[in-house]
Amino acid sequence: MEEINNNDSGAIAQIEKPQLSYSQLVWMRFKRHKMAVVGMVLLILMILYSTLGASFTTESYSNVTDTSIRLSPPYLAHPFGTDTVGRDILARTIYGGQISLLIGLIAMAVEVIMGVLIGAIAGYYGGILDSLLMRFTEAMFNVPQLPLLLVLGKLLADKIDPFPLLGREFSGSVIVIIAVIGLTSWMGLARIVRANFLSLKEREFVTAANCIGTRNGSIIFGHILPNTMAPIIVSGTLGVANAIISEAYVSFLGVGVMPPTATWGNMLNGAYQYIESAPWLWIFPGTLIVLTVLSINFIGDGLRDALDPHALIKAE
Amino acid sequence: MDPVLEVKNLKVQFNTLEGIVHAVNGVNFTVEEGKTLGIVGESGCGKSVTVLSLMRLIPEPPGRIVDGEVIFKGENLFKINKSSIQNIRGAEIAMVFQDPMTSLNPVLTIGYQISEALMVHKRISKQEAIRRTWKLLEMVGIPLVKESFHDYPHQFSGGMRQRVMIAMALSCDPSILIADEPTTALDVTIQAQIVELTKKIQSQLGMSIIWITHDLGIVAEIADKVIVMYAGYIVEEADVFTIYENPVHPYTLALLKSLPRVDSKRYERLAIIHGSPPDCLHLPQGCPFVLRCGFAVKRCSEENPQLKNIESEHKAACWIDVRTGKTR
Repeated sequence: MEEINNNDSGAIAQIEKPQLSYSQLVWMRFKRHKMAVVGMVLLILMILYSTLGASFTTESYSNVTDTSIRLSPPYLAHPFGTDTVGRDILARTIYGGQISLLIGLIAMAVEVIMGVLIGAIAGYYGGILDSLLMRFTEAMFNVPQLPLLLVLGKLLADKIDPFPLLGREFSGSVIVIIAVIGLTSWMGLARIVRANFLSLKEREFVTAANCIGTRNGSIIFGHILPNTMAPIIVSGTLGVANAIISEAYVSFLGVGVMPPTATWGNMLNGAYQYIESAPWLWIFPGTLIVLTVLSINFIGDGLRDALDPHALIKAE
Repeated sequence: MDPVLEVKNLKVQFNTLEGIVHAVNGVNFTVEEGKTLGIVGESGCGKSVTVLSLMRLIPEPPGRIVDGEVIFKGENLFKINKSSIQNIRGAEIAMVFQDPMTSLNPVLTIGYQISEALMVHKRISKQEAIRRTWKLLEMVGIPLVKESFHDYPHQFSGGMRQRVMIAMALSCDPSILIADEPTTALDVTIQAQIVELTKKIQSQLGMSIIWITHDLGIVAEIADKVIVMYAGYIVEEADVFTIYENPVHPYTLALLKSLPRVDSKRYERLAIIHGSPPDCLHLPQGCPFVLRCGFAVKRCSEENPQLKNIESEHKAACWIDVRTGKTR
């Protein structure tokens, strides 16, 4: 037997193992999705635009009004033109981009944390806890996001003090918008996570983990959660796009982030009166919103394909 | 010698929509230090439920441990609190599962999965855990341990994964290793390797083993004592030679008869056991085997026989003496 064992291990040692780790495999599949790669490049450019761009100009400059040059079309001193009160649109898109991206990312983080926690606990523990959490989730589904954004944006915007972050001041309405978007968009993710937990917790590797004495918390977050990362990542990316759109929407209606703080959304506010006479008012922020949201959606699409476990098996 | 583990009158039930499933109905056995206990029986006879309930791993609800005691090192495992049982799982009693394809987590490296048990129980540094994991992998015959540490389960074959499972179970040097049909999902040559490996490790570490299987050949290979289970009851219990030489329960007899043999005549049909095992929702009033038994008499369908000593260390639950055909 000893001999057999030795031969056996020798033979196995010679067999070449697939050298790709899971993340390498995902990256390989992601690269095949051309639009997703384009989306990623675009998104990186957007992030560079609103971060590096800020080093060429200042926030106070983006808020300087000069009515003598109001509504001037693009020219050398103001490459994107000026708005209704003569502010430089280029500088405003740079600083507005920071806020739009920040809202997208933080709202997504809130959404993912809420959704994962509630879905994981409901799915893993089951029983009454599951029923309660899922009824709560269903109740939250009935809360209309946009009207809530409009009402709370109007009500609370002045009541929360501006706060400093990343070396600049953000108006309190940013918090309201992040909180409302984050807290009203986690339900779909919670349901997906719960469904995955329900099926994964019955798998033998969970019993095996139980069997070596692993604690519940470590089983939930260390063993089951990594198995359900794919839908979470996809839902998270799409959540960023959704949050940016929602912010643009309420800011366009004039109750989102309050001027003079610029966002891509509130730059559109008021631009509709000049759709034909001063198109640079809406073309630049509008294009930036469309490109950002599109690129994030493409990335989400690519990730969905790249993380699909069935596709992974085929690739093996 | 004192037994390491003593199971007394274990009863486990499952509440389902159709009624109560009587999965385990009053099972008694002991596991002695350094010895191997084989539990044999067909699918659904309560083997796995028995061993899972030892570690309180039965999902409750729907499962329920209705009665019984499990005495491990002087402690009743059914009485201690939840965190003490977690300290016993993996550290004192470890388990290897049937299907190595599904019992390893596909997204974690095998090194992580083995060292996890060490880090849960032993309070050692990560470096030390990694070093011990290498040793364990080497012990179970995994080549290139340092590279394999970072591999994922899908990069391993079934036999290698079962070796990883064994390494995981052995990580904290348990007193009892429960092997729940560890060879069923493997092909015959790999089965032989796993059995050999387990025996070798047992002689090195001196732990007790509970080996569940429905393969009588493997039981003969590995067990010291054998329990035959049927419909949640122990129907016969004896040391491994007696079971094969001198079986006294009709069910054991029928099982042995239905094994293919190398020396049987060509074209001879294998013996079969007619009928199917009883529905554990509605166990018959008498002996659970009565409907399929060739020896049954009237008393068998009226009263369930208790497990009784036939000879010393040889117990069976049957009203009939199969050698003479007379009632006991």
